[in-house]
Amino acid sequence: MPKFFNSKGKQLEGDIDGFLDRVTTAGLIFHEGVKAYVNGKRDKFERNYQDITTLESNADNIRRDIKHKLYTYMLIPESRGDVLGLLETLDDIVDICEKVLEQFSIETPEIPEFLRSDFIELAELSSKAVEEVVKGARAFFREIGIVSDYVNKVHFYEHEADDVEEHLKRNAFNSKEITRFSHKVHMRYFAEKIAEVSDVAESVAERLSVYAIKRRI
Amino acid sequence: MLTIIFFLSSGLFLGWSLGANDAANIFGTAVGTKMIKFKTAALICSVFIIIGAVVSGAGASHTLGELGAVNQLAGAFIVALAAAITVLWMTKAGLPVSTSQAIVGAIIGWNFFSQTVTSISSLSKIVGTWIFSPLLSAIFAFLFFHIAKIIVERSKIHLLRLDSYTRIGLLIVGAFGSYSLGANNIGNVMGVFINSSPFQDITLAGLFHLSSIQQLFLLGGIAIAFGVFTYSKKVMMTVGSGIFKLSPVTAFVVVLASSITLFLFASQGLHNLLTSLHLPAIPLVPVSSSQAVVGAVMGISLAKGGRNLNFKKLGQISMGWVATPVASAILAYIALFFMQNVFMQIVFK
Repeated sequence: MPKFFNSKGKQLEGDIDGFLDRVTTAGLIFHEGVKAYVNGKRDKFERNYQDITTLESNADNIRRDIKHKLYTYMLIPESRGDVLGLLETLDDIVDICEKVLEQFSIETPEIPEFLRSDFIELAELSSKAVEEVVKGARAFFREIGIVSDYVNKVHFYEHEADDVEEHLKRNAFNSKEITRFSHKVHMRYFAEKIAEVSDVAESVAERLSVYAIKRRI
Repeated sequence: MLTIIFFLSSGLFLGWSLGANDAANIFGTAVGTKMIKFKTAALICSVFIIIGAVVSGAGASHTLGELGAVNQLAGAFIVALAAAITVLWMTKAGLPVSTSQAIVGAIIGWNFFSQTVTSISSLSKIVGTWIFSPLLSAIFAFLFFHIAKIIVERSKIHLLRLDSYTRIGLLIVGAFGSYSLGANNIGNVMGVFINSSPFQDITLAGLFHLSSIQQLFLLGGIAIAFGVFTYSKKVMMTVGSGIFKLSPVTAFVVVLASSITLFLFASQGLHNLLTSLHLPAIPLVPVSSSQAVVGAVMGISLAKGGRNLNFKKLGQISMGWVATPVASAILAYIALFFMQNVFMQIVFK
């Protein structure tokens, strides 16, 4: 049995760590991508978009591989459903990060100067929420007692992101600088999309706190 | 020979039913939660039950012998049959039945019928142990639960690694539990046949000496193993997914606590050691593995703050201490009457 663990178990432990690394990286690239776009660095933005597309398909493959291994080798039968559920919802975060950058790339929204800092701050808060939820997921596997600390941080960043989102939308709609109504709606749309990353991170954190209670011996 | 096999059949049937029911106490959660495959569990369980029965079965059987020395094969047949029917009947009624309590009742029934005086000191020793064993199991589980919790939380062990270690742990304590079950409970199955054992001592290749009692226990052990292989899977699936919802780590604690309890009441070595140290020795008495498990689960409930404490189950256990032996004694008495007067068999000397 220990020998068995050295091969399959360790490999799977590595796969899970690798998957979690990719989710964190997706959050960071997302932040960098939005920053690059808003600051008008289109080349850098497109590189970020390419990177996140590759990362997304990569994370998908790892997740499928983990699922396959968990069932084939009959590992963690008790918490298998929870672990797969957790990895799937974490994968949703990567998907959304990629989708938002894709929409920036396709729709090329025109970001006025006075909204730039809000957009960057919103992306940064969403990225932080992602980072904390991944830390929480790592704790779920190794140190169940501190999961709630990370869950609280995710709640905090999501709440902050909500505030910035509202501020951004009010600024956009009250502004005389943006003349077209469609432009205002476009700004609202992107603010909501960026904030959605933190919303999904929060729903993963909610699941995580339930799984953590279930896993306590 | 055919007569001997016929008369032993009730004991073997009791063994089969013990294997079918009690293997689930040891491997139920592990198999029910798919931590261990049924075939692996059944193999380990059978092998260790047989080893436990042959190597260490004498102690607890001796106590049953003190209670009532059933000295005719036909009488022993009825005593084991009455116990087996009581177990079957109570199992159907959904009560946590104990083979130990059924056999003790049946022996008392034989004592009444043969007008043998029941040793009150032996009886009180046995009944005292029944009450004490779930309590002891609960105390062990309470302590082990806290130790396991501290270890798991402080070691920061990965979920997958914990899973792997828990499987190994469940296999090891499962083997230990099976050994203890065989040692402690073989007396229930074959104990009543000791005084009328049809076997002779044999020595295999000048190395292995098997006394007539050990041969009897080997046969009983095989009957238990047969019960494990043929019928215990169904019971294991019920235990694993039904009555007690345990996590793999708590399952490990439950099996460890109840196995140690069974072991303590069966270990001749420990008994001798304590006696030689002038300490009060633990009586060697067949106890109920089901009740040891229920005790352990209660211990864990208490360790978790007393939530989910199942008082109904506790009530059923206490009821079993009285109802099972009484039912079994009455049944044995009536059956002995028929065996003697209708089938014209000598049931006591």
